Amino acid sequence: MDFRLSAEQRALRDGTRKLLEGRFGRQALRAAVDGDVGGVGGGGVGRGGRVGGGGCIDRALWRELGAAGLFGLCLPEAEGGVGLGLAEAVLVFEECGRALVPGPFVATVLAAGEVPGAARGETVVTAPFGGLVPWLDAADVVRGDVAGAVALDSVDPLTPLHRLPAGASAPAPVPRTATLLYAAEQLGSAGRTLEMAVQHAREREQFGRPIGAFQAVKHLCAQMLVRVEVARAAVYAAAVTGDPDETAAAKLLADEAAVQGARDCLQVHGGMGFTWEADVHLHLKRAWVRAELSGERGEAEERLAATL
Amino acid sequence: MDLAYTDEEEEFRARLRKWLARALPTLGPKPPPGDWPGRRAYDTGWQRRLYDAGYGDVHWGASPTTRLIFLEETERAGAPYVGANFVGLLHAGPTIAAEGTAAQRERWLTPVLRGDEVWCQGFSEPGAGSDLAALRTRAVRDGDTYVVSGSKIWTSHAEVADWCELLVRTEPVSAEVPRHRGITWLAMPMDTPGITVRPLRTLAGSTEFAEMFLDDVRVPVGNRVGEENDGWRVTMVTLSFERGTAFVGEVVACRRVLGELAAHARGTGRWDDAVLRRELGCLAAEFGALWRLIQRNVSEAQAAGGVPGVGGSVFKLRYSHARQRLYDVAARVLGGAGALDVGQQWTLDRLSSLSYTIAAGTSQIQRDIVAERILGLPRGK
Repeated sequence: MDFRLSAEQRALRDGTRKLLEGRFGRQALRAAVDGDVGGVGGGGVGRGGRVGGGGCIDRALWRELGAAGLFGLCLPEAEGGVGLGLAEAVLVFEECGRALVPGPFVATVLAAGEVPGAARGETVVTAPFGGLVPWLDAADVVRGDVAGAVALDSVDPLTPLHRLPAGASAPAPVPRTATLLYAAEQLGSAGRTLEMAVQHAREREQFGRPIGAFQAVKHLCAQMLVRVEVARAAVYAAAVTGDPDETAAAKLLADEAAVQGARDCLQVHGGMGFTWEADVHLHLKRAWVRAELSGERGEAEERLAATL
Repeated sequence: MDLAYTDEEEEFRARLRKWLARALPTLGPKPPPGDWPGRRAYDTGWQRRLYDAGYGDVHWGASPTTRLIFLEETERAGAPYVGANFVGLLHAGPTIAAEGTAAQRERWLTPVLRGDEVWCQGFSEPGAGSDLAALRTRAVRDGDTYVVSGSKIWTSHAEVADWCELLVRTEPVSAEVPRHRGITWLAMPMDTPGITVRPLRTLAGSTEFAEMFLDDVRVPVGNRVGEENDGWRVTMVTLSFERGTAFVGEVVACRRVLGELAAHARGTGRWDDAVLRRELGCLAAEFGALWRLIQRNVSEAQAAGGVPGVGGSVFKLRYSHARQRLYDVAARVLGGAGALDVGQQWTLDRLSSLSYTIAAGTSQIQRDIVAERILGLPRGK
């Protein structure tokens, strides 16, 4: 047993981080959020931060990530994929969550090998998850029944959402791999908000010292790290075993780490944390969206209770 | 990321299982909590059985992964925990092994492994808890002995111990001597004149630990481990062992209790309460993840040559809270009257769980450690 990352896995993680930092760094993130939001960016905030023209996929970025093998990670090499396992996919998705890259990555990865062009990043694929459909208007291919889907005013400025009509048949269960990949994104986001909180706590001074020297702030950060590391153990283990119960546990713990982590990060940032300008709200809003897309919380809890 | 055990490790597991299946049925009944001599005999007797079977030094000699398997399998089989051997096997022993002279290792280690001698720990004082370096028990050199006076507290197994790993101040704090200097580590024979042990009753009603008063107790200088005034560094070796794999067996036990809670709830109809059922589901996720976190910490310790890292603080913070949550849920499973009945084991365990966020470093101290040593936040005053 050696639960640490292998040298290859560390290289994959570092390489993905570097690629995303270069291609979708903070400037690109802010341009995606503010540049396309008619009348909202920088100035007055619309209701919760609605998406204006932000519902567009950056096709060049998408193709580039496809060329880097991001969508065909788990597809055998003979079928044009990279031939890696779920553990590697989880590491890559952790980086996507960290960078807040927008787009229906999970649905597209699941479609790789089945929908032409998906693995290469030429075809953008979406699918309904848990009664919601992300990026419906921007996608080339929709897998699953989305008849009567109604657009909603998405809380996340970088994830347009449709809801399936109420009263229709119960939504199909979220595929286990989708739940796991969303959990990996949550983990990446939680790790990032922890870094942001720690950096701010080190730099921001009040009462003549960095606020991170005060235990009240220090302990918030320590608890963030504890949640990240517990979630990391759960997500990585679920990726290695592929076990559906461990995947449900990974979802619960990663959702907790991402949502509570973003909220604590917001708190550490004080007034700045409440602004549109700070990135914290983007992490919180995306974490809320992922927590819904990866399956209903109660279902995961019931599944785990049934194992007892 | 590999969660599979090697053939060698699986072979160790199978051999241990087989031995446990033979050895455990021959074990006598566990003595009641108040019977200290009986508990000592039971715990040391079990340690002797382990020693004779070749498992005596698994806490020191084996790799972290082997130790993990040992703790997992012995708990699963319902074998006794280290009990009275705790300080000898997990604190004093590893310290002597790392810092003692050849003669000291010869004198003290084998009796611990054979279950012949029991150790207790004299670290905390009424005025030195979380702030251990504030300790004031004095040791004054008189020829080839130290004369020790002061008081210690939270000393488990003091009534039945042969030895005490004792921290004393050999140099008073001054402008030249900072607090962490001037501390010395001594092995004190518990039958030395001048030692008074007074048991302390916990909120659970049991006497799990004691106060110890030292009045001109004479300890040979040869019983000092490490240099004079270097005891703080020597002690830190011990503490890192305490936070390594110390809770492996308990996590296995908590997962078993969780299953028993579910079975009980199904039997009484409490299972129909969706809120309670989902809380049990959350706890299943929690303890499953804590097990995986142990495996990760063990993997890291193994790669670091057996030295446990700060991951132990992360684990302890989450585990101590999870254990309290588990027994709070147990109270809900038992329902009103059962939750108030200390005749119920789960109610007693609920009371005992309250010590977990305090003992071996409070949660507040652990958060300081995590924030300062892992996250690099500035030290506060």
